Amino acid sequence: MTDKTVIIGLEIHCQLNTKTKLFCGCSTDFQRDEPNTHVCPICLGLPGALPCLNKQAVMHALKVAKALNLTVPEVSEFSRKNYFYPDLPAGYQITQDDKPIAEKGIMEVDDDEGHPKKIRITRIHLEEDPGRLIHKTSRDRAGYSLVDYNRSCIPLIEIVTEPDLRSPKEARRFLNKLRSTLEYLEVFDGEREGSIRVDANISIKGHNRVECKNISSYKGVEKALNFEITRQRNLIRKGQFIEQETRHFLEGRGITTSSRSKENKNDYRYFPAPDLPALRVSEWLKDIVLPELPDARRERFMTQYGISENHARTLTGDLKVANFYESVAGADPAIAAIWVADILLGEINYRSMRIDDVPTMNIADLIVLIRDGAITDKSGVEVLRTMLDACMGQDHEACEMPADIVTRLGLTKAEGDDFTDVIREIIAANPNAVADYRAGKKGAVNFLVGQVMKTTRGRADPKELNIAMDAALKETED
Amino acid sequence: MLLENDVEGIAKLADIQIQKEELTEITVQFNQILEYIDILDSVSEGEVSNSELINVLREDVVIPSLTQEEACANANETEDGHIRAPRVM
Amino acid sequence: MAKEYFFDKADQTNAFITRLDVAMYEESGGPLQGKGIGISDNISTSGIPTTCASRILAGYVPPFDAHVITLLRKAGAAIVGKTNMDEFGAGNTTEHSAYGPTTNPNEASRVAGGSSGGSAAAVATGMVDMALGSDTGGSIRSPAAFCGVVGFKPTNGRVSRYGLIAYSSSMEQIGPLGKTVTDVNTLMSVIAGPDPRDATMYDRPYAHTPSKDIAGMKIAVPDEFFGEGVDPAVAESVRTAIRKLEDAGAETMTCSIPSMSHALAAHYVTGMCEASTNLSRFDGVRFGPPVETKRPWHEEFSDYRGMFFGKEVQRRILLGTFALTEGYYEKYYAKAQVARENMRKDFLRIFRDADIIAGPTMPQIAPKLGEKSDPISMYLADILTAPASLAGVPAISVPCGTVDKMPVGLQLIGRHFEDERVMDAAFAYESEVL
Ligand SMILES: [Zn+2]
Repeated sequence: MTDKTVIIGLEIHCQLNTKTKLFCGCSTDFQRDEPNTHVCPICLGLPGALPCLNKQAVMHALKVAKALNLTVPEVSEFSRKNYFYPDLPAGYQITQDDKPIAEKGIMEVDDDEGHPKKIRITRIHLEEDPGRLIHKTSRDRAGYSLVDYNRSCIPLIEIVTEPDLRSPKEARRFLNKLRSTLEYLEVFDGEREGSIRVDANISIKGHNRVECKNISSYKGVEKALNFEITRQRNLIRKGQFIEQETRHFLEGRGITTSSRSKENKNDYRYFPAPDLPALRVSEWLKDIVLPELPDARRERFMTQYGISENHARTLTGDLKVANFYESVAGADPAIAAIWVADILLGEINYRSMRIDDVPTMNIADLIVLIRDGAITDKSGVEVLRTMLDACMGQDHEACEMPADIVTRLGLTKAEGDDFTDVIREIIAANPNAVADYRAGKKGAVNFLVGQVMKTTRGRADPKELNIAMDAALKETED
Repeated sequence: MLLENDVEGIAKLADIQIQKEELTEITVQFNQILEYIDILDSVSEGEVSNSELINVLREDVVIPSLTQEEACANANETEDGHIRAPRVM
Repeated sequence: MAKEYFFDKADQTNAFITRLDVAMYEESGGPLQGKGIGISDNISTSGIPTTCASRILAGYVPPFDAHVITLLRKAGAAIVGKTNMDEFGAGNTTEHSAYGPTTNPNEASRVAGGSSGGSAAAVATGMVDMALGSDTGGSIRSPAAFCGVVGFKPTNGRVSRYGLIAYSSSMEQIGPLGKTVTDVNTLMSVIAGPDPRDATMYDRPYAHTPSKDIAGMKIAVPDEFFGEGVDPAVAESVRTAIRKLEDAGAETMTCSIPSMSHALAAHYVTGMCEASTNLSRFDGVRFGPPVETKRPWHEEFSDYRGMFFGKEVQRRILLGTFALTEGYYEKYYAKAQVARENMRKDFLRIFRDADIIAGPTMPQIAPKLGEKSDPISMYLADILTAPASLAGVPAISVPCGTVDKMPVGLQLIGRHFEDERVMDAAFAYESEVL
């Protein structure tokens, strides 16, 4: 149930997909590399280095602005946000303050009753990421930090919403949709570690606002918000005051804790970055061509492929899944929708595989086998599982084709005569069930059919089998 | 007019430890300087023209980075390619 | 082919922080081939310690060259060492150096001017052929005037700042010092090469041969440059120099710069605010003297910065920090930018009728060491040099006689990107008196 008294606003930091960092030419592709190997005087904050803005990051931000219907002001500027922290090499973060690259947009999400609802986007701005800190304890139990500056200066956009969200679930749906939109725009890679971080502002109507910082997963956002709502409600019920504060979310424990540090009172002394000329890019917006976005693609899937809204929604939620579906839908879009949305996604999730790990050719082949009735659905699942198990960590070419698996495992659908013998055996072996059937207990048929299925290892089509069993039982009656 | 504890607060924000015995002198100098620069109060509001330089952008092309050795060469303590820093917890 | 340059001249004025007994240079056939050049210690030099005359950068060896250094090396220069300065450029006497003051080559009891005092003294004593300094509010022109050499602050954006350790990003420029206008012109032509790494740089290369033909050049002389606080003897020297320019064919007129009443305040507020954030990176983690990593970061950084920054730098960081805090930003920084804009407008107005503005570089001759110990009287010495820095226009100081045997500087200021014309005026003056 949507609760009108819960007020939530989000600040979402997303890592932009660029080859180089925001203000220097260091490669952003450092995930598998040693610490401090993707650094230069600029992102290390060495004295004398100057920032130079990456055009691609600006273009990505504009793309997002256009997709979320934001306005791009005539002039936008960078500022320094001053604070000391060991992972911040220059002692300030270059970000945008009062002149962000884009302002005032809208994204629509469904509320908890399934009605579409407009969420206002306050602003989008560009900023650099700090380095990465590791906390260590030495043998004498004194703590210290280790810094890796590979992440320093990675381009981020921060997307800020108005306090328009009304439930943790709604917030999660908003984030999911935002993520898929960003992926469709090809500005964001959600699979990259730490690619999204959220600060959530939450309050109960009439009470102070609390900011939960550093939530690094979609699930975490819902958890943190649920925890906070309960905590704040309990305080209100006890007649206690809700302090306006910053709290940290502890992902592992699912709770938020107060961070009553000096940080709360920090004055960031925002200051126009003197090394970076202003941007005047509002005119560039009209030249940006947006790709088909999730909502449009969902509509198209429903009309073009004639699939259900639910299927279309599941299939278009993730760009890669949507592309995957379209490349296997050819033989039979309806069967393909069922097999991708209802079966394949669950199977890969169970195996912690990604959709990229699955060869489209093999799935297309499987869909043809199902469509042609060459194997039963049950066998199809067995073929799929066999294939995925063998596929994990393999090249796509090395994956066994479903048709070969069918032959190897003898899963070709049992036709007419193949199972009439089995039916006869089962009827002969289960006189009690046959007697029950005669006594009018319809459930007995299901038991007998189940026995046949077991013996044929699912190769028989259940519908055909039911008809044949009925006929066989009638025959023995005579 | 700033008081000694205002100056202490500023020093805290600037992350500069000033010695107690210097505080009085610094506060006096601070106030002298502020008194001088308060002449800016007589500047009437006005627009500041924008620089002619706009949209100075770099193409998204990778430039070789420093080696880990070069990056850490001026650091005092390193550990497994990381640079050591004071603790934050 | 790399060749050796033996640098064995005695340093009697404490002009150098780091010197290379044997400097290498390329026989590139470039305009500076085999010339010994001193570099002020806030310009990054790969493999050569760069300290900004601060204890907080003791031992720091940059892994990269500033853009101007790359250009110098290509032009065949031998970089013989790093010259003394006021710590991070915060000062105008070179007394605020962790390595002790640079003394005036003409009289050891007097200051060399600053902040690039080491560079000026090294040129004046003949230790180097030329030198680079940086000018934020007079840091090249002041020591040039006090030491009796030529010092030039280019139009802001004409020389790359990449590798110049930032003090006040929006005002500072690297510039040349030399014994003659010709030397300064040669060095300027080398360092003005374009650099995509400095986003505030304009693509305006400098290739100029100074001409002494200034017939018809219009020179404006501001009343404010000869007003209160300017030593009458210095003023007279400069007026005599301006008459020489008239002899060379220039027409003079008087003018007024009303915005000068706010110039120093605007200059110091802007500089302190920018410096307070520019100097945040000196935390002992990636460079500088060791930080104690087992202490809480906040305590450690505070003690570290309190210990290793000099007093004047600390004072400026504190003031800049204060001026940027909420509620004060509008009162100080924002107002300083308006004052700066007013200065630009005054210059634009004067430059509608005049080609050059002329006056003294410094209001007085070089003071005695320790004479300017209180901050305000130190700041006041920048009153005539700060305007060109605020407006970002080119300005040069050329020696124009002496007062009490101490050199006096004639300052010539030009329009944006008319560095060439400023050089011509200086060259014409120099040719008149030589
Ligand atoms: Zn870098």
